[in-house]
Amino acid sequence: MFLSHIWLIPLLPALGATLMFFFGRRLQKSSVSAVCVGVVVLAFLMACGAVWQYTAWSSTAEHLHQPYQTILYTWLGTDTGHLTYATHDGTPASLQADAGFLLDPLSSIWLLFVTGVGMLIHVYSIGYMGHEGGYYRFFGYLNLFMFSMLTLVLANNYALMFVGWEGVGLCSYLLIGFYFHRKSASDAANKAFIVNRIGDAGFLLGMFFIAWYFGSLRFVDVTAAARSGHFAIGDPIITAATLLLFVGACGKSAQLPLYVWLPDAMEGPTPVSALIHAATMVTAGVYMVARSNALFVLAPKSMMVVAVVGALTAIFAASIGLVQNDIKRVLAYSTVSQLGYMFLALGVGAFAAGVFHVFTHAFFKALLFLGAGSVIHAMSGEQDIRNMGDLAGKIPTTFRTMFVATLAIAGIPGLAGFFSKDEILWQAWKYNHYLWAIGFVTALMTAFYMFRLVYLTFYSKPRMSHEVEHHVHESPKSMTWPLVVLAFFSVTAGYLGVSPSLGGSNHFEKFLEPVFANGAETVEAPPAGEEGNRGIEYLLMVLSVAAAGAGWFMASRAYGNADKGFTEPIAAAAPPVYNTLLNKYYVDEGYDYVFTGRRKLGDVRLGTMGLGEASSWFDANIVDGAVNGAGWITRLTATLSSWWDKWIIDGIGVNGPAILARMLSYPARLFEWGLVQWYALVMTAGLVGFVFYYVYH
Amino acid sequence: MDAMLHISTLHYLVLGAALFLLGVIGVLTRRNVVIVLMSIELILNAVNLNLVALSRYWQGVYGPNALHGQVFAIFVITDAAAEAAVGLGILIAFFRNKETINVDEVNLLKW
Amino acid sequence: MYNHILSIILFTPLVGAILLLFVPKDNKEAIRWIANIFAFVGFLVSIPLVPWFWALVQRQDKAPFKFIEGAVNNWIPSIGAGYVLGIDGISFLLIMLTTLLGWVSILSSWTAIENRVKEYYIWFLVLQTGMLGVFMALDFFLFFVFWEAMLVPMYLLIGIWGGPRKLYAAIKFFLYTLAGSVLMLLGILFLYFNHHAVTGVYTFSIQELYKTAPHVPFHYAVWLFFAFFVGFAIKVPMFPFHTWLPDAHVEAPTAGSVILAGVLLKMGTYGFVRFSLPFFPQVLSNPATFLNVTVRGWMIGLSLVAIIYGALVSLMQKDMKKLVAYSSVSHLGFCTLGIFALTPLGLSGSVLQQINHGISTGALFLIVGILYERRHTREIAEYGGISNVMPVYATITMIMFLSSMGLPLLNGFVGEFTILQGTFMENWKWGAWAVPGVVLAAAYLLWLYQRVFFGTVTNPKNEKLHDLTPREVATFVPLIIMAFWIGLYPKPFFQILEQPVSQIVATVRPDYPQPKGAVNAEQQPASPASASATVVVPAAVVPKTAGGKQ
Repeated sequence: MFLSHIWLIPLLPALGATLMFFFGRRLQKSSVSAVCVGVVVLAFLMACGAVWQYTAWSSTAEHLHQPYQTILYTWLGTDTGHLTYATHDGTPASLQADAGFLLDPLSSIWLLFVTGVGMLIHVYSIGYMGHEGGYYRFFGYLNLFMFSMLTLVLANNYALMFVGWEGVGLCSYLLIGFYFHRKSASDAANKAFIVNRIGDAGFLLGMFFIAWYFGSLRFVDVTAAARSGHFAIGDPIITAATLLLFVGACGKSAQLPLYVWLPDAMEGPTPVSALIHAATMVTAGVYMVARSNALFVLAPKSMMVVAVVGALTAIFAASIGLVQNDIKRVLAYSTVSQLGYMFLALGVGAFAAGVFHVFTHAFFKALLFLGAGSVIHAMSGEQDIRNMGDLAGKIPTTFRTMFVATLAIAGIPGLAGFFSKDEILWQAWKYNHYLWAIGFVTALMTAFYMFRLVYLTFYSKPRMSHEVEHHVHESPKSMTWPLVVLAFFSVTAGYLGVSPSLGGSNHFEKFLEPVFANGAETVEAPPAGEEGNRGIEYLLMVLSVAAAGAGWFMASRAYGNADKGFTEPIAAAAPPVYNTLLNKYYVDEGYDYVFTGRRKLGDVRLGTMGLGEASSWFDANIVDGAVNGAGWITRLTATLSSWWDKWIIDGIGVNGPAILARMLSYPARLFEWGLVQWYALVMTAGLVGFVFYYVYH
Repeated sequence: MDAMLHISTLHYLVLGAALFLLGVIGVLTRRNVVIVLMSIELILNAVNLNLVALSRYWQGVYGPNALHGQVFAIFVITDAAAEAAVGLGILIAFFRNKETINVDEVNLLKW
Repeated sequence: MYNHILSIILFTPLVGAILLLFVPKDNKEAIRWIANIFAFVGFLVSIPLVPWFWALVQRQDKAPFKFIEGAVNNWIPSIGAGYVLGIDGISFLLIMLTTLLGWVSILSSWTAIENRVKEYYIWFLVLQTGMLGVFMALDFFLFFVFWEAMLVPMYLLIGIWGGPRKLYAAIKFFLYTLAGSVLMLLGILFLYFNHHAVTGVYTFSIQELYKTAPHVPFHYAVWLFFAFFVGFAIKVPMFPFHTWLPDAHVEAPTAGSVILAGVLLKMGTYGFVRFSLPFFPQVLSNPATFLNVTVRGWMIGLSLVAIIYGALVSLMQKDMKKLVAYSSVSHLGFCTLGIFALTPLGLSGSVLQQINHGISTGALFLIVGILYERRHTREIAEYGGISNVMPVYATITMIMFLSSMGLPLLNGFVGEFTILQGTFMENWKWGAWAVPGVVLAAAYLLWLYQRVFFGTVTNPKNEKLHDLTPREVATFVPLIIMAFWIGLYPKPFFQILEQPVSQIVATVRPDYPQPKGAVNAEQQPASPASASATVVVPAAVVPKTAGGKQ
């Protein structure tokens, strides 16, 4: 019953959004919350039911490990299949994209945490947004986001996935620009949408390559074809397709070089940052790559690119995060960095490990953002951690839950992040030691900047103004209990996937196995040598725990007693490095010079706007100039012709003889004095004359 | 004996000629355009009379179907009506401009 | 009614125009009411066409043209002109678009036009008939009459009710389009005499000409193609024939812009689909090149340039209407790209995108018009923070912007996606070059939105703007409904287009892979190779190719 109606899961929030669109303005805040939170709770319950039914369904013999599909109607194209195109080998295929939904272990996981975390964040928003204008608008957008995200996750083909893909981008745009009267907010919103669009363009092209090569956009068809063995490993078209898909993933999941929008996206309200820019939407890229794993496996070069980009993004963003002062920006760069981890995992072929990290990350990162929201709430809107300090005792629930999340993300043993991150590092080590090294350094940095955040916010000396200090208060219940729930999962989620080396049986990976079953060369480490590797695995684990500890220790030394005007250790040690990091490697400025053209390089404008200016000039002066020139030449010739006509043709040729005739005719004119009756008389006389002549001749 | 009483074709022709002459004299001598137009009507009707009379005569020769003359007379009547309409139209336009309908004052054709 | 539905749709607006002649010109209210009623009735009478046409589609009716009225050569038999009307799926959709937009734009002019109201509505209704005639005519003579007849009202609409540079814009529009039409007329006449030379019959009937035109030898046909191309490309407008468009749009009254963008431009693309492709398959498939590029390559190339170039120029505009006008160039580039991809997908996507463009861009011009009516300026810099004072307006604008930039679940996406896929499958590079247009579309529209709607109200003149009136909302409602319909459930549209599109592809590329039992596999017009044996080709026109004759 739940399973056959999975299409209702995205539709419920869509209903909420529609209601808000039409009636939201006239509704009380309480009814807005009831409707919007209600539909998400319903969606969550349905999702639980559907996944529960699916596990039962897929363990029966006849459907063993099969994905469940239900198709509502043909969305693009027709059922008759006459809108054909020629695939790469010339056989006709038809355009067909269903409004169809698919449930398998992979989408189950996303379905559960998207609805679950989404529900908590909806509840949190009731408290957080309670005093803001545009309450219904906010919840309408949130519901719309849930619809898009669930469509993305449940789609059974690339085209419908793209619907969700663009939909979440739109909602992200709308929510980042929620405070639209702020220029910075609308700038950030535009940036997010346009950068995402660049990624989307890549996705679109990748999708076309897939359609051209496999003749279908359905995941099941593409996966089956890719696994059929007809395609060689390293096939250039598949490599191109996967690389283009990865461009899309880079846009959505904020990877180098398209990550720039995510830190700016913190202009949106904090629950939005938690839901969209930490827990759910930004993991869409990971989902898409994991969904296309059968293709990526056929393209080792693409896999390598994914891994390298992931690793570089991880360390790049983490290094920026070391020195940022805005509490949400630190978390934003942390998100970018963690997403890099996930792509590193995917790239080295550890799809399950990547997905596992997505899962755990969703809880602790959402928790961190919501906690940050709670802090900002308590600090009357202050976001700069340099102006905080010593809040631990004043907002105890926020502090405790955020501390748990920090431990989790830093990779302290026993919490969720530890299990997933170590799995990734171990898989990276097996793939390439350099990638592991990058991941390792990133882990150290992560621990450092997270504990820096904690120390500057909750410990050390209070650095805020007295007025603000006076107002500090714990957030309302609707905001704190989602924190508690998330904290619970930040601890426990990791135990779903404890790796065998730690005595677990990795249920998580087992659950995902049918999705990632690509054959021998992929996920499963070769059984031989497993025992020999154990030692190294333990060693790496100890190393990364040590790194986490070291980061914690350094942060506590540097910031444990920070008072007003404290010095940053990096700034003291190497000011140029500090400035570069603080200015985010000047990437935004570089992009503005080179790609967007919003800044001029001297007098020259490059980039898109430069091209636009050049084209406008070309259009006004060359193209339209040619048109106007043609008009001008026509008028010139016309003037000349008219002169020629008037004086030469008409003057000499026509009027000349006329003047001559006029002069010659002067004597004859004397007879004509214009009296009609005179003419008539002459006529009559002539007539009579003729008659007499003929009669008497 | 009946020659004097019988109205023959010749009578009609003589009457027609008389009417025609009256019409021509009218056209040539009268200054008022209205009367000129009326005289033109007289000329046309003189012709009509001739046509009908001769048609009657030819019926006697060729049988009852020799109706051409009468058909022509109908054409002429139509034509006369049209001509009168146009002529009066011109007349009115002329009167509006010149405030006279005397034909000797219409000498615009003189160059 | 069933048999004469096309004539009824065609002449309803004209009847309204004639009726308006008898209304005193000072009675503006009566004139407005009558014009609006007739525009709405014009839309209403086209409604029955929908179920009737749909029934034919469901039955898989094989006739290439449906609802045929009149007969070949029945109008002026001596020259072979006939009053023949008939529609297929392509013209059906365009006709529905025309009647809908005609009604919407007449409704939108209620307060915008204050002087010479009577003439305005009369010309508008005449224009409506002209446009409908173009899409219905199955006789070249009739087609040309409507094609030219529609030029005059548009010229007057721009020239009389336009903005400050209206005369320049109107004359530019008129002369430019007329120049193209003249070349097209030459092409038509060549085909007409050619038909006589081949068959001994003088006729302008399009269906008859379909039979002979494809056999014109390449060295003539390429010039004919060029003549038709110029006529249609100016109308579309394709790069580099597009510069009349921004001027005409900027100066035209709002409703004029809506019709101009929504329907008039489609006549160019319609011409390509209806004439250029089926008449000259031998040109499009010919490998001969000019500057190393085939004819088809040139068409594709110009389309791609239009997509990118239009978007780039659009990005830099300071006048809202000009921005939308250049975005039309970009969008129409997609349409022509889909046409010359010569695949069922590309073609059906193109026709669908033409409808979408009519809906979205029509709405965009209405949107600009609403601000213009309130503030009498279209400078972007004059605005800012409008969503604070006009929230409903801002919402509707956002929806239409999203539709225009091709956001999924709205109409624009379906068209663009289908075109891009159809093109990509022909040559992936073509598809790849078109895709940046999608990104740029987001850039120029969102930037415009930010500058006009976001932020706080900085210009005191904008503080007291009133939000949309119910009448203004009413003009948007049908467009928004259509936008969502096409976005969510485009299948009926694809089904309607299936038959004509695969027929055209079968004509142009007989070797294109067709699925078994395609809608009209058995009645494709004869391909050039098989027909040259059956058609008697006179030596005068076709000197050397008549191999099968003697």
